[in-house]
Amino acid sequence: MTIDLSTTWLGLKLKHPIFAGASPLVDDLDTVKRLEDAGAAAITMRSLFEEQLVADQLAAHRFLDGPADAFAEAPSWLPSTGDFALGPDAYLEQIRRIRQMCSIPVIGSLNGTTPGGWLKYAKLIEQAGAHALELNLYDLPSDPKLTGGDVEHQQLDVIRQVQESVKIPLAVKLSPFYSSLPAFVAKLEHSGAAGLVLFNRLYQPDIDVETLTLRRTLHLSDRQELQLRLRWLAILSPQTRMTLACSGGIHDPLDVVKALMAGAHVAQVVSAVLENGPQMLTLLIEGLRHFLEEHEYTSVTQLRGNMNLARCPDPSGYERVNYVKLLASWHGEAKH
Amino acid sequence: MIAGLVSVKTTRHITLDANEAVASVAYRLSEVIALYPITPASAMGESCDEWSAAGKKNLWGQIPHTVEMQSEAGAAGAVHGVLQAGALATTFTASQGLLLMFPNMFKIAGELSPFVLHVAARTLATHGLSIFGDHSDVMAARSTGFAMLCASSVQEAQDFAAISHAATLKSRIPFLHFFDGFRTSHELNRIAAIEDDTLRDLKLDDDIKAFRDHKLTPDAPLLRGTAQNPDTFFQAREAGNRFHDACPAIVQDTMNRFAALTGRQYRLFERFGHPEPEKLIIAMGSGIGAIQETVEWMVKRGEKVGGVVVRLFRPFDVAAFVATLPASVKQIAVLDRTKEPGAVGEPLFQDVVAALFETGRLDAVKVIGGRYGLSSKEFTPAMVRAVFDELGKPAPKKHFTVGINDDVTHLSLSYDDAFDLEPPETVRAVFYGLGSDGTVSSNKQTIKIIGEYAGLEAQGYFIYDSKKSGAITISHLRFGPQPIRSTYRIRQASFVACHYAPVLERHDVLANAAPGATFLLNTSKPADQAFASLPLEVQKQVMEKKLKFSVIDAFQVAQQAGLGRHISAVMQTCFFALSGVLPKEQAIQRIREGVEKSYGKRGSEVVERNFKAIELTLANLHEVKVPSVLGAGTPRPPAVPREAPEFVQRVTATMMRGEGDLLPVSAFPVDGTWPTGTTRFERRAIALELPTWDEKLCIQCNKCSLICPHAAIRSQLVDPAAMKSAPSTFLATDFKSKDLGTAPSGGVWKYALQVAPDDCTGCGLCVQVCPARDKSNPRHKAIDMNPVEPIREKERANWAFFEQLPYVDRTRVKDDVKATQFLEPLFEFSGACSGCGETPYIKLLTQLVGDRLLVGNATGCSSIFGGNLPTTPYTKDKNGRGPAWANSLFEDNAEFGYGLRLAVDAQQRLASDLLTRLTSKLPAKFAEILVAKQDDEAGIAAQRERVVALKLELAKLEGAEAKQLLQLADSLVKKSVWIVGGDGWAYDIGFGGLDHVLSTGAHVKALVLDTEVYSNTGGQQSKSTPLGASAKFSVAGKAIAKKDLGLLAMSYGNCYVASIAMGAKDAQSLKALKEAEAFPGPALVIAYSHCIAHAYDLKLGTEQQRLAVESGIWPLYRFDPRRLAEGLAPLQLDSPAPKLKARDFMKNEGRFRLVEMKDAKRYEGLLDMADANAARRRALYEQLAAVHLETKKEGTS
Repeated sequence: MTIDLSTTWLGLKLKHPIFAGASPLVDDLDTVKRLEDAGAAAITMRSLFEEQLVADQLAAHRFLDGPADAFAEAPSWLPSTGDFALGPDAYLEQIRRIRQMCSIPVIGSLNGTTPGGWLKYAKLIEQAGAHALELNLYDLPSDPKLTGGDVEHQQLDVIRQVQESVKIPLAVKLSPFYSSLPAFVAKLEHSGAAGLVLFNRLYQPDIDVETLTLRRTLHLSDRQELQLRLRWLAILSPQTRMTLACSGGIHDPLDVVKALMAGAHVAQVVSAVLENGPQMLTLLIEGLRHFLEEHEYTSVTQLRGNMNLARCPDPSGYERVNYVKLLASWHGEAKH
Repeated sequence: MIAGLVSVKTTRHITLDANEAVASVAYRLSEVIALYPITPASAMGESCDEWSAAGKKNLWGQIPHTVEMQSEAGAAGAVHGVLQAGALATTFTASQGLLLMFPNMFKIAGELSPFVLHVAARTLATHGLSIFGDHSDVMAARSTGFAMLCASSVQEAQDFAAISHAATLKSRIPFLHFFDGFRTSHELNRIAAIEDDTLRDLKLDDDIKAFRDHKLTPDAPLLRGTAQNPDTFFQAREAGNRFHDACPAIVQDTMNRFAALTGRQYRLFERFGHPEPEKLIIAMGSGIGAIQETVEWMVKRGEKVGGVVVRLFRPFDVAAFVATLPASVKQIAVLDRTKEPGAVGEPLFQDVVAALFETGRLDAVKVIGGRYGLSSKEFTPAMVRAVFDELGKPAPKKHFTVGINDDVTHLSLSYDDAFDLEPPETVRAVFYGLGSDGTVSSNKQTIKIIGEYAGLEAQGYFIYDSKKSGAITISHLRFGPQPIRSTYRIRQASFVACHYAPVLERHDVLANAAPGATFLLNTSKPADQAFASLPLEVQKQVMEKKLKFSVIDAFQVAQQAGLGRHISAVMQTCFFALSGVLPKEQAIQRIREGVEKSYGKRGSEVVERNFKAIELTLANLHEVKVPSVLGAGTPRPPAVPREAPEFVQRVTATMMRGEGDLLPVSAFPVDGTWPTGTTRFERRAIALELPTWDEKLCIQCNKCSLICPHAAIRSQLVDPAAMKSAPSTFLATDFKSKDLGTAPSGGVWKYALQVAPDDCTGCGLCVQVCPARDKSNPRHKAIDMNPVEPIREKERANWAFFEQLPYVDRTRVKDDVKATQFLEPLFEFSGACSGCGETPYIKLLTQLVGDRLLVGNATGCSSIFGGNLPTTPYTKDKNGRGPAWANSLFEDNAEFGYGLRLAVDAQQRLASDLLTRLTSKLPAKFAEILVAKQDDEAGIAAQRERVVALKLELAKLEGAEAKQLLQLADSLVKKSVWIVGGDGWAYDIGFGGLDHVLSTGAHVKALVLDTEVYSNTGGQQSKSTPLGASAKFSVAGKAIAKKDLGLLAMSYGNCYVASIAMGAKDAQSLKALKEAEAFPGPALVIAYSHCIAHAYDLKLGTEQQRLAVESGIWPLYRFDPRRLAEGLAPLQLDSPAPKLKARDFMKNEGRFRLVEMKDAKRYEGLLDMADANAARRRALYEQLAAVHLETKKEGTS
């Protein structure tokens, strides 16, 4: 029996639903080649960070231009950066190279929250040859005057601007922290986004109790993180026509299966590839194929969403009661 | 007539300075470029390196190979070799660098090798160093055999570069092409460019073939560099005469061919002015511009005057020279921009006189000679006129100076300083800026905008002060319809801008404002309060000169645009708006284009923010209604406090006001000897924020005081009795340690920490190192930075009280880091960069041994902040003792310091001998002087007491020996000699000397302030530059590990060696300095010094030092040969094995990040190499630290 693993993502026809998510893996062309050889369905570029771009530029302006022409003997302190690109040039060049080298779709990734000059990079990413663009909307509002509505309004504004500037399809990568994710997702769809990536994984601060300082950490994902994604994929997939990606917590072929069952069109993998190398993708693809064969599914499409909120036998399992039940069962187990 | 800007072809005009113009030609006509940086020629080499790195090709389609050498001597040796083997070479230099090239220059000329050396002519160091321009360096090269071609302007510098490269190939005589340092090398001017086609049309190929036919090659072997004997040397030396004889005609022919291609006709000597002049001035270099302007002005008024510009000084073509002199000439004044003490006259004067004598014309002409313009001293039309006036006197001075007031030997000519002849159609603008605000950069852009878009001629010249923090820049911009030849500062400006209001309190900014001029001020005061906020003197000037006064709060606008304090775009927009040089819309468009050109490489965010600043500017620019009566301002404060010594009041203060030009000769020391301890009178008040102390939170560790680069935050123990007279705001708390027992009055010592509010630069290092956080609010530390204005006056009163407190007894202070900060720093308030990483080491050294210290200081940052006038940071204690400091040269510092040691030792030996001989005449107790130990403060104090007593006794004795010993008795107290310098000195140019001195076993100590780059000249790589760092001459990131200087010194086995990083482990730094001082032989201490050239916020300097150590990039160690005798390995590692990666350290500094941003993959490779190198070095050191050699004792047991 031939199993049809193909799927669509952002309107792109993919040979199967598995590929590496946004990460530094793509910085090295040799690694990109190994990802493609391992069977990746697409290549996602690492995120081009608004914060990083702006910080680099302003730092260069401050520390190179600031002290320039201040002393008679030293008109500058470092070589002229005439051919140093403190913008996205290297990033764009990497997209071009990957496009030339690979036959699979290449998806750009842009990270930022505020409308501004950096949005023009979306256009540049498109011009460099990306087939689609993933827009990462990470934001952490700490201003008490900023309401949830304000934050959503600002983010929709960014999406609208990007949408207007490019013709390639746009995915939006979200954090799970919204008052009503379904309502916001509906607005995203209305604004023209073609897909959602659930979810962003964030740097979390840790406290050094000795030095009274903060430490920024980012651990590789583990399988526990998958469950949050499964729940929201299950809730959102019946509500939206956008294609959905599961990102975070996929370490095993069965994790891919679960993501697809919850409604994902694709599964993005980073931590497992970082830990095990590009061949991890082969393992996941073959594992998925094996599961489908074993369970007599004919295609990914047949499987997708069969356990979402609209179709699973007990939808309340995804809802709040789940929490109560889990505690009760845990309490009950503890008694024994 | 002087060559104008006429062109026979369509000419492309460009606006640039002479350094760039000359480098552009030299690069295109060379195959190999060997370099060494030196001001003001560095930029030529740097341009070549950047072009080479960018793959720019020469005229023959090749990328010239650009190589940085270890010294100018090395660069000259390299080009000598290049020439011998048949490739086209060039180099660039100035001043002492030129002197270092002399040996090879004689050889290159003797071997008739075609070669051009481009020199931005600079003053030679004599009684003092000067980075500025005159001809003393090139004139010292007269006997090398090089042809010497002098350019007088930016245009000529470019053109003569081409002419000299062509003429050297044709003539086989090497050329020294020179132009005035700074005045021409750094002057922006609009010139006609030389295109590649023009260079090709000079048709050099046949001459190049002839040159290559003469090369050394084993395919047709030849030999050069023979040793010759008396029988033949002389004749052989004369054998090349005909080449020198033919050279002038070849140069003229080349000039003629060049004219045919460009329309710019030059001659070896060229006369201008009246067709039948009676009085002539002969000169060369940039001063010609002022002479030409004055001559034209005088001729229009009917005076028969003229001038002759000398282009080809060597070989001096007598026939061509006299041909320029019409029979009408009766009097000649020859001006030399150099001084040759003891000579009949200066070099050009002597040549002119000899030429006239040889041609029989001397009887008909009276010739006088004068010096002008040494060290870029101003040379103005007023001075030119004074020279003509002198010629008109019945008995003119045969030898004179002009431009100064010589009230000692009365050689100087007086002149009318108010004389101004600049044409009214020339717009003149002067801008006062702060070093870090972008004023000069934006003015350079303005000149280019005007030169390229307004269809006007344009000139820019920029003046910098000698400070590296809080420096003031002055920009002089001229533009107008006529070519601008005014090679002097603007005297009557139609536009004056002050980009930083406090400058008005220190400088007479409006002195050169013309009546009716526009005055633009950046101030936080609103327009209706701005006038009253001005110092009274400035208010008067605004009213009396009827100035049009406008204000803007540029810092606020820049802040609003997200640019911090970078106000260049704001002020540039104001200039165009007020000056009207371009229509408003066009001006804004050009400024935006300029922003894109300048900052586009930084990225769109920077560009957008500057655009925003431009947009916000006009709405915030306000005209001030000048009242008819003075406002409520205060007079400008005196430059120095009234209690300052007389010399400081009379001389130093005048220089500080920017009026040093007014000081007469008599004001100066005759031999370059200056008093120390004068920075304390400067009180520059440049900090925007000051550290404030929470005495309750403080743990009294003194780390803030230790790290302060400017000795501006100090701790002190105060007798509680003294607190009675303290200001009410003065903070002190009980001293938490019992180390020093009770205070003299019997109570508990009070601990005080005080900032010098007018000397702090606000770097924030003290806050960063402060370990004491408020446990409830960790953001608050025992020291926080706070805005200066609300606390300045309070802290001034507190500092005044603190300053007069006595320091604790040195002999009672413990031997730890904390205690060192109770010792008086004898290095304070230098002009070093805010956050400097070098100065804390020097300051600590002076706290340890400053009262008995002699310093030999290599040229570089530490000599500039250590000894650049007007003020000196080395100071004295209450006994009048303190560091005696001198800078000899860059290359010889170790030898110089060794010489200091030899002299100290010689006097100590003589004094000991004399004391021994006088024993019978002196009380027996004085014999102890000869054997007394001086190993610690107590021992030294005791010896000083003995010597004081001895001197009293000697004064009573008769006899020559007693008198001699009386003079030398202080030599019997131990002296410390330290050799201080940067890595450029220690690793590169001075390495040979340092190596030799360390090998002598002498009791000298070297402190290497290692910034891993040539900091003072602007960030060129040294052999200390670390793997992975971008620096000039290693643009793509250095791929070779830094030299292990310490390991090389360890190889002698008799030298104490330490590697320290105060920010990482201050106790180890202290220990190393003390051990080095105590070691009975040579010592080398290599001190990691963070630097502005590393491109990050220097308040994080100590954190970066920690990361450098913990990543193994900068290992800490001490190597003490004495340990061998104890059966121990001499090497002790003071830092653990690397626990961080190179990335953890390198990611935070711009010098590494630039490499990453240019080529991330290469950067990753360099990171791996850096880690591998750190591991390799560690492994080697661990083996060395484990070495056990059998001691004599063990061997015999």
